[in-house]
Amino acid sequence: MGLITSLIAITLRAGTSLVYATIGETYAERAGILNLGLEGIMLMGAVSSFATAYYTGSLGLAIVVALGVGGLMALIHAFLSITMKANQVVSGLSITLFGTGFASFLGQRLGPESNGRYLIGLTGPRFAPIDVGALGKVPILGAILGQDLFTYGIYLLIPLAWFYLYRTKNGLWLRAIGENPRTADAMGVAVDRAKYGYTVFGGMLTALGGAHLALAYTPGWSENITGGRGWIVIALVIFSMWNPGRAITGALIFGGINAVQFRLQASGTNVPAAFLNMLPYLATIVVLVAITWWEALSKRVGSPASLGQPYVREDK
Amino acid sequence: MEDTANEVPLVEMRGICKSFPGVRASDEVDLRLERGEVLALLGENGAGKSTLMNILSGLYRQDSGDVFIRGEKVDIRSPRDAADLGIGMVHQNFMLIDTMTVAENVVLGMPSLPFVPDMAVVKRSILELGERYNMTVDPDAYIWQLSVGEQQRVEILKQLYRNAEILVLDEPTAVLTPQESHELNDVVKRMQAEGKSAVFITHKMDEVMAFADRVMVLRKGRVVAEKTTRDTDPKDLARVMVGREVLFHIEKGPFEPGAVVLELKDVCADDERGLPALRELSLSLRAGEILGIAGVAGNGQRELSEVITGLRPVKSGGISINCVDSTNKTPLQIIRSGVSHIPSDRMAVGAVGDMSVANNLAMKDYRAAPISKGIMLLPRRILEFARKMISAFNIATPSPETRVKFLSGGNIQKTILAREIESCGSLLIAVYPSRGLDIGATESVRNELVAQRDAGKAVLLVSEDIDEILSVADTVAVMYDGRAVGVMPTAGADPEEIGLLMAGIDPSEKETRL
Ligand SMILES: Nc1ncnc2c1ncn2[C@@H]1O[C@H](COP(=O)(O)OP(=O)(O)O)[C@@H](O)[C@H]1O
Ligand SMILES: [Mg+2]
Repeated sequence: MGLITSLIAITLRAGTSLVYATIGETYAERAGILNLGLEGIMLMGAVSSFATAYYTGSLGLAIVVALGVGGLMALIHAFLSITMKANQVVSGLSITLFGTGFASFLGQRLGPESNGRYLIGLTGPRFAPIDVGALGKVPILGAILGQDLFTYGIYLLIPLAWFYLYRTKNGLWLRAIGENPRTADAMGVAVDRAKYGYTVFGGMLTALGGAHLALAYTPGWSENITGGRGWIVIALVIFSMWNPGRAITGALIFGGINAVQFRLQASGTNVPAAFLNMLPYLATIVVLVAITWWEALSKRVGSPASLGQPYVREDK
Repeated sequence: MEDTANEVPLVEMRGICKSFPGVRASDEVDLRLERGEVLALLGENGAGKSTLMNILSGLYRQDSGDVFIRGEKVDIRSPRDAADLGIGMVHQNFMLIDTMTVAENVVLGMPSLPFVPDMAVVKRSILELGERYNMTVDPDAYIWQLSVGEQQRVEILKQLYRNAEILVLDEPTAVLTPQESHELNDVVKRMQAEGKSAVFITHKMDEVMAFADRVMVLRKGRVVAEKTTRDTDPKDLARVMVGREVLFHIEKGPFEPGAVVLELKDVCADDERGLPALRELSLSLRAGEILGIAGVAGNGQRELSEVITGLRPVKSGGISINCVDSTNKTPLQIIRSGVSHIPSDRMAVGAVGDMSVANNLAMKDYRAAPISKGIMLLPRRILEFARKMISAFNIATPSPETRVKFLSGGNIQKTILAREIESCGSLLIAVYPSRGLDIGATESVRNELVAQRDAGKAVLLVSEDIDEILSVADTVAVMYDGRAVGVMPTAGADPEEIGLLMAGIDPSEKETRL
């Protein structure tokens, strides 16, 4: 495999979990709900899916469990933000604090006796890259096709998520809710129900991103397996201007720098590993800030106007 | 039901009560609307007109009382329920999404829309509908690009598109020009001819007479009168509505203009779409003069007030205030040169709804003593200052600490007026200052403008109400397509001639053709 092709392969693999979470959070934010619980939800998605796969041997069941756990955690956030009108930042941060701690706890309790009840260091079933035979040798195309099912999932998810948001009736409703929930309500859109739905959907996709880490990208469970990806996603949503079609770009920037960084480490440079590990985060933030700043200046785009604000029908 | 089958009213509301913290907005209200009838709901700001109709349209929930549609008791829990019953409401504050197109706004929330809508079909029907009712709008335009009058059209098109049987119009003419009001009247009459019914909310008596078959007058949440329009007249209605005799006259001192305060020379500026909004506009305004700017909304009036106040860049030409060049200066520099501004969009530009009345009043004076000291604001001084202004300007508010958004429209306007007049140096720019206000508030706003003129200040009054301009202003300039097409003294001006100029017709040409 050529250098470029292998870099593309790693980039896609590293960006996959980010795409799931970015699209999930984009949908939640389009409905006006800011969910800072992503990091916690991703970790819980990772630990629950890995434990399920380890004990049942079923990858399908592992995914179902991750979706359930992610949906449930987002449902708590939805209940606090929508029904209880709580501060969404506080609620989201609580979910992350809880998710981080509880995932770590489960990682030390759910394992078998033989491993001292730890999940760390175990291997379970995983999603392997698909063998596409001779096609895998084709430059670039080989990198795109030689991926696991999760990555194939984003090839479908990105266009579908874009189409739903910009071309369907429900997508129009969704965009309206985030912009102006009062108007959407007065025009007959069931605002609260949609807010619940999209928040839960966002949590499910985010947990799926976590499951990708534990079942395919770095198979197994380790403490802080997400490496802060939940936070990167918050920035990626802004960078993509709440457009799921652009979620891929940001994810690829992060994934790409990660890929280069891996290469450098593998080639044995004398740059400290800690610095290289930091590089993707630093570079992503710098690139995002620069591009977002430039775009916000040149276009009339911004966050959904009601983002983070509770909606009360009879408020004045 | 005790009624016989053919006498069942289309809508019947019985014993409706609704309270908000501190106010009884609806108090045992009964309302009846017959099929094919236009009912006017008349009342001053805060009388409870919107509240009652918001209950019918599912946005508010009554505390007690029942609603019957076509004789059947219904439970309207959401705007969707109301829409399913054929009730459509054009709200007083536009229910439009600024960042979306006209077409998207029109179909928003319609359950019958296909999952993947064909927007080309939607646009075509909007154009057809617009032609049929004589109110065309570009379906591809974004809401933020439209003038208020055009936005109102979209609101009405939305309900026509949904085929609403019962149309509620909440002060629809408050933002319309006389011509647009006529067009609206035609639309309502056509809907009526098609067998539909309407509730028309207003606080203007002549509109009741023009639009409605029957009128119900509300005061402080209660029904105080119910009449057929044939059996009443504007004076009678005004008395019932306000609860006292009303004067329609403004006292004005003699016209003694001083030095030129504001001068515009060949000013050009663009609108949001980058199209020319002002074309080589020249105007001058003197101390002790009120210059009225007449014209159909969307002919550059908003842009005119914005270039003067520094909110919009001037492309060419020059503006000077008190003989000092103020072209493309920042809003702060212009405020400091003694200019005050009462904007048309009160809630968005003129006041911060979530801040207290006191803070809104102090907003322009916070930089200087006695309200602040260095970078510290002095809250007690702010309250003291606010109490003084509240009593001087007769602002009805429970306390200086009440948040502005809880006041009625008239009192929000008075708050802005008080602040701007208090801080006014030599030039006051008032854009649609009486729009949406009831008679009492309108009277006090107009008197205040005249008082400023009598005190030697220059006042630029942008208004779509020709009568307001003729009674308040000394000089009138008509704007059409970004130009001032006619400048004349109001004394002896012919309203018809102004009307023609507003429509872009040169009256002298018309005479030669006759
Ligand atoms: N959502 C709300 N919350 C609190 N008070 C309200 C609300 N809506 C209306 N009110 C109050 O109820 C009264 C009647 O208001 P409204 O129905 O808007 O009057 P109108 O439409 O006749 O001008 C006013 O005192 C107003 O401040
Ligand atoms: Mg009202």
